[in-house]
Amino acid sequence: MAHATSIRYYCSDTLQQIRAARARLIAVLICIACAFISQAAAADWQQITIGTEGAYPPWNYFDKSGQLVGFEIELADDLCRRMNVECKFVTHKWRGIIKALNQGQYDAIMAAMSITAPRKKLVTFSRSYADTPNIFVVRKDNPIANFQSELAHLTLDDISPTEKAALDALINAFKGKVIGVQVATINQKFADAYLGEHAEIRIYDFQHTVDLELYQGRLDALLGGMAYWVPLIQSEQGKEYKIIGPQMTGGPFGKGIGVAVRKKDQELADLFSQAIEAAIHDGTLKKLAIKWFTFDASAPP
Amino acid sequence: MDFQVIIENLPLYFKGLQTTVVLVFASLAVGLCLAIPIALLATSKRKWLSAPPKAYIYFFRGTPLLVQMFMIYHGMGQFEVVRESFLWAVFQEAWACALVAFALNTAGYTGEILRGTIEQTPYGEVEAAKSVGMSKPLIYRRIILPSTFRRALPAYGNEVIFMLHGSSLAGLITIVDLFGAAKIVNARNFVPFESFITAGLFYLIITFLIVWGFKRAEHRWHAYLRPRES
Amino acid sequence: MSEVIAYFPLIMKGMLLTVEVAVLSLLIAILLGMIGALAKLSKSRIAKSIAGTYTTVIRGIPDLVLMTLIFFGGQILVNDIGEKLGWDYIDVNPFIAGVLTIGFIFGAYFAESFRGGILAVSRGEIEAGYAFGMKPQQVFFRITLPAMVRHALPGFGNNWLVMVKTTALVSVIGLQDMVYNAGLAGGSTRKPFTFYCVVAFLFLVITGVSDVGLRWLDKRYSVGVRKA
Repeated sequence: MAHATSIRYYCSDTLQQIRAARARLIAVLICIACAFISQAAAADWQQITIGTEGAYPPWNYFDKSGQLVGFEIELADDLCRRMNVECKFVTHKWRGIIKALNQGQYDAIMAAMSITAPRKKLVTFSRSYADTPNIFVVRKDNPIANFQSELAHLTLDDISPTEKAALDALINAFKGKVIGVQVATINQKFADAYLGEHAEIRIYDFQHTVDLELYQGRLDALLGGMAYWVPLIQSEQGKEYKIIGPQMTGGPFGKGIGVAVRKKDQELADLFSQAIEAAIHDGTLKKLAIKWFTFDASAPP
Repeated sequence: MDFQVIIENLPLYFKGLQTTVVLVFASLAVGLCLAIPIALLATSKRKWLSAPPKAYIYFFRGTPLLVQMFMIYHGMGQFEVVRESFLWAVFQEAWACALVAFALNTAGYTGEILRGTIEQTPYGEVEAAKSVGMSKPLIYRRIILPSTFRRALPAYGNEVIFMLHGSSLAGLITIVDLFGAAKIVNARNFVPFESFITAGLFYLIITFLIVWGFKRAEHRWHAYLRPRES
Repeated sequence: MSEVIAYFPLIMKGMLLTVEVAVLSLLIAILLGMIGALAKLSKSRIAKSIAGTYTTVIRGIPDLVLMTLIFFGGQILVNDIGEKLGWDYIDVNPFIAGVLTIGFIFGAYFAESFRGGILAVSRGEIEAGYAFGMKPQQVFFRITLPAMVRHALPGFGNNWLVMVKTTALVSVIGLQDMVYNAGLAGGSTRKPFTFYCVVAFLFLVITGVSDVGLRWLDKRYSVGVRKA
C-alpha cells in the first residue's frame, strides 16, 4: 500500500470488491491467456495482443452481457486503426500483469497503469493517454467555497508565470485551513510539498473517512482524484459539496497513464505514442474520456 | 533499515509520547472517579440500583474500544443537537473525543475490578467495624474502600497497561500520539519497519515502567502480607 | 431505520468476516500458545528465553502497532524478497496479515494460560502415565492435554472474548469486517452513530453466544470434579 503510487489510490473501497471478483475470474483468465500465447510471438506488429484486467470500470470491465468494454477498450480500437494493426484483448488479473507481459502472454498492457519509476525498470511506457486530474472539494456553506481560480487546469511540470500565480493564489486561499488527504497517495504528496507549511494537513486511511470528516465540518477541504469525487458530488451524498480551484496534473501528481510494453519493444511503444498524439490532436481522446468518465481525463498534449 | 529518518523525526515522537502520556493519565483519572460510584452502585443489593451500572460495565467491556471511540468521534456529529450547540466545540476536537471514549471505557473495566474486589472484602473486617459502632459511610470510607484499593492493585495495574495500549487508537482519529507520530513518519517516508518499531519500543519502555511502578506500590501496600524479614 | 435495513446485508457480510478472522486467528493462537507454553516449561534455556521474549514483547506493545507493523512492513519484506527472486509486485493480502497478526499476538496470551493449565495438572497423574510405560508424547496427548483443558478454560475463554474485540482492528488495514462496513454505511448515510451502535450490539451478540458455549465447555470438562 505504501508503494501504491498508481492510479488505483483513489478507489480503495471499490477496489476491495473488485479484488474479490478478480479472484473468481482467475481460472477462466488463465485459460484465455494460454490460448493467445502462441500469437504473441509474432513481432512484425501485424497483430498485437493487449493485456488488460477486465475488472476496473470505467477503464476496462465486463458489462452485464459478458462483453469486455470500457474507456481503454474503445481507445485501443481507435489506436490500432491508426497504427494499422489488428488488436486483440486478453485479460489477466492485476497481480502479475507485468510478469505475464514479459513472459510473452501479450504484447502490451492497457490497464489504468500509472507511469512510475519502479515500473519503468520492468517495462517501457508509451506517452500517457490519460491523466485523471486532482481537485479540492469543499462544503458549499464554507466561506472558502467562494474561491475562484484564474486557471481551470494546472499542470505542475514546467510551471509558467501564470501557473505560478494561480498556484500561489491557491496556496494563499488555504492558509490556516484544515485539509484532508488519503494516506500514501499523490494527493498527500502534493499537500505535503505545497501546502504543508501553510495549512494543517490531516492524513486519513480511507477515502470514505475523508468524506465524512468534510461533511461534519472537521475539514475545510479535501484533496482527491476526480474519478472518485466527481461521481460522489453528482450523487445525493455529495449535494452539499462543491469543487474549487483548478484541475491539477503533473508534478507530484505523476506522469499519467500509459501503454506498457516489453523493454525490448521500444518501437512498439513509439507506435503507440504516435497514435496517442494523433488521437489527442483530432479530439478523439477527449471525446472518449468524457464519454466514459463524464469529465476530461485525457492526457495533456 | 534507515534509522536516520527516525533520528530526524525524534522530536515528533517525543511530542507523540507527551500526548500519549497525558491522554492515558487524564483518561485513567477521570475513569477512576467514575468507576468508584459505578462499583458502589453495582454492589448494591437493590436491583434497580445495581442494574444500570452493571449494564454499563457489560457494554463497555463487551464491545471494542475502537467502536466506542468511533461512536463518539464520528458518531456525535450525526446529531443536529450536538453540531448546533456548544457541545460541538468539544466533540469537534479529536483529543476530547478520545479522552471521553477512553475514560468511559476504563471506567467500565475499573468499575468491574472494584465491584469484584468490594464483594470479596473479608466479612470479618466489616463485622469488626460494625461492632465498634461505625456508621455505614464510615465503614466504606475507612474499611471497605482502602482495603479494596489495596487488593485491586494488581488487577488495576493490568488495566493501566491495557489503557496505555488502547490509547494507540487515538492515532486513528488524527491525534499525533506515539502511534500517530509513527503513522506520519511512515506516510511521509515509507519506512514501516523503522517507524512502527520505534513506536513499539516507546510503548514497551512505558509498559515496563508501569509494571515496575505497580510492583513498588504492591511492595509498599501489601507489606503486611509479606513474610517477616528476619 | 430504513438505512439500517438497506445496509444490513453489508454489515452481516462484515460480521461473517469478523467471525472468520476470529476463528482462524484462534487456531493459530492455540498452536502458538501450546508451543509457547511447552517451551516455557521445557528444560532448554534457549527455548525458554525465546518463549519469554515472545510473550514479553507481544504483551508490551499495542496490538494496533503490531498489526500495522506486520501489514505494512510485511508488504515491503515480501517485495524485497520477491525482487530478489524476480517476482512481480505483490499486494499483501490484508486478510492473511490480519489473521496472522492476531494469531501471533494472542499466541502469547494463550501461552500463559496454557502454561498455568499444564502446571495445574496433578503430578501424580503424569507419573502414573510414565509408570504405565507411556512415551512422553503419549503422556502429553493422553493425560496432560485432556486434564489441562479444565484448568486452562477460564483463561482461554477470557482471551477468546478479548480476541473477538481485537478483530475490530483489522478494519484499520482495510479488511472489510463489520467495523469497516459500518464506516462505509455510516459515511454514505451520514449516520455513523447508528451503524456503530449496530456493530457494538453485534459484538455483544458474538460475546454472548461465546459465553454460553464456554459455559457448556466448562461443564463438559469439569465432569467428575466436585464443585463447592
